[in-house]
Amino acid sequence: MKKYLGTKILVYILTFVFAVTLDWLIPRFMPGNPILVLVSRFSGLPESARVMYSYLTKAFGLDQPLWSQYVNFWIALFKGDLGISIYLYPRPVLEVLKMAIPYSLGLMIPSILLSWIVGNNLGAIAARRKRLDSIMLPIMYFITGAPYLWLGMLLAYFLGVVWDIFPIAGAYSFSLRPHLSWLFVGDFLKHWILPFLSLFIVQIGGWAIGMRNMVIYELENNYVRYLETLGVKRKLIRKYAFRNAILPQVTGLALQLGTVIAGQVTTEVVFSYPGIGYILTQGILNQDYFLIQGCFLFIIIGVLIANFTVDLVYMALDPRIRFSYGGEV
Amino acid sequence: MLEVEGLKLYYKTLKGHVKAVDDVSFDVNDGELLGLAGESGCGKSTLGNGLILLKPPMNYFGGMVQLDHTQLPIDDFERMNDFRFSKLSIIPQYAMDALNPTRKIGVYIREVLQSRGIDPESIMDKLLERLKFVNLPERVLKMYPIELSGGMKQRMVMVMSTLLNPSLLIADEVTSALDVSSQKAVCLMIKGFKDAGIVKSLIFITHDISVLYQIADRIMIMYAGKVAEIGKTQQIASNPVHPYTKMLMFSLPEVGIRYAHGILSGIPGQPPQLLNPPTGCLFKERCPLRGKECDEEPPVVNVEEGHIAYCWKVTQNA
Repeated sequence: MKKYLGTKILVYILTFVFAVTLDWLIPRFMPGNPILVLVSRFSGLPESARVMYSYLTKAFGLDQPLWSQYVNFWIALFKGDLGISIYLYPRPVLEVLKMAIPYSLGLMIPSILLSWIVGNNLGAIAARRKRLDSIMLPIMYFITGAPYLWLGMLLAYFLGVVWDIFPIAGAYSFSLRPHLSWLFVGDFLKHWILPFLSLFIVQIGGWAIGMRNMVIYELENNYVRYLETLGVKRKLIRKYAFRNAILPQVTGLALQLGTVIAGQVTTEVVFSYPGIGYILTQGILNQDYFLIQGCFLFIIIGVLIANFTVDLVYMALDPRIRFSYGGEV
Repeated sequence: MLEVEGLKLYYKTLKGHVKAVDDVSFDVNDGELLGLAGESGCGKSTLGNGLILLKPPMNYFGGMVQLDHTQLPIDDFERMNDFRFSKLSIIPQYAMDALNPTRKIGVYIREVLQSRGIDPESIMDKLLERLKFVNLPERVLKMYPIELSGGMKQRMVMVMSTLLNPSLLIADEVTSALDVSSQKAVCLMIKGFKDAGIVKSLIFITHDISVLYQIADRIMIMYAGKVAEIGKTQQIASNPVHPYTKMLMFSLPEVGIRYAHGILSGIPGQPPQLLNPPTGCLFKERCPLRGKECDEEPPVVNVEEGHIAYCWKVTQNA
């Protein structure tokens, strides 16, 4: 068990270093110069603009050679300093992220977990009811093939514009400031429901199809056949089949996270929802190296933590995993 | 005591019915081990499985099955649950992966018993005693199936299937995946279940006739979904009357004869397709004694006391 965890943690640390290096490198390959964007915002004489340009380039450390920028980046990272945003100058990146993270997590965690639970149960039910299955399967294939962004726009159009039930932009009304009151919470939920639905619905499809196939496969398995010859109740067979079928779905959960984050970005853009995805798009549009780095850093850490959790859950669920790594169960 | 009368089990396929078990009648007395032998595809496993777990694509097309003078509703999946496990059980061909891989064996047994409405505690003593009977240590109950060897898993299934002292135990190809020394041990254990009075009657399905000589009281030979010959082990061994049984016996290797002395004879030809089988005797295409009458359904011939064969060419007291 210790060996298993040790190996896993080592792999995660290597992955982290590699991913963060890419995260640092890629924005710097983008054509264009972020400082020019910033300078152009302070309109003035060309002379003062030149002074400002050289000052800001120095201030952001962009005049140094790439390798020393890279070293400085790691040093700053360990100090918990993610730099200052160029686009939202002079606010520090960490502060910008702190504002955005709750909105992103508030969308992501409920949509991932709820769709996983609902999708798996729907799939398991469809697996043993032929008629329901033949109706549900095509619908689920359609849903899972729908892009988040397209579904988001449909939802916004019908529920937001045509029937005018839910607001279609922002995380709360412009007339409100974030604070803890029933008024604000109600308003927040009203804004939350559409982006949540567009993430939730698309994800359900994949889980339901996967679970349906897995349960059908499990129900054909020899251990189920043997249980039938022992005349046990259907309930026990279903319980065993569900539990064994869920194992690959747990792995799937870890693999899905990357895709979900991409979906999250587009959904936040569609609904102008001030989460990480929205901030990230703004950062990219404005060539804000530090903001892009910060956003990706958050995504990297999130995916790694989620994967690690899944590893732990899997170990608890399946004795065969424990066995293959430690020889102890 | 098991009585089977005219049992027909067909597989429904798109092309028609495959007559895997066609009009089969036999019985197994209390305290008796019936060996059921035949080549691959002759319907012996279908018969064994059909008695306990009849579900599509296998279909019931008639016949009667009585266990201890009670009729078994073998074509009613739900009603059969009252009989499964408690009155009849099977040690399946796939015994090595018959256990749930993600449950500890002890927990698994407890859950199965609870699902059948039986208090697991009341059976604990019996369970431990049975584990000893098949040479498994008590700690297997705390283990997962992956931690056991194939043979151990099979013996665990043997314990499981006999836990409620069923009247009838069906052992389906239990020796196929074992080496010769384990084969003997497992055969003796299964015979032991009967001798110790744990089960009353036993059907031992195998393609290996030599195994049956060691343990069976009576032997039934099947060919192409039908019974060819039934008789006491001694009768079948020393006086096989059906041409198929005779040729089967000549196909067995003998101890002490080297391959240089002569090649094993074997039976030329192939068994017939069971989808739309030919009329009359199904063995006629391969039979050296074939005559005109063989195109008609063969009669049942009572060769001697307890020894019958389905063949035109067999005469009484042959």
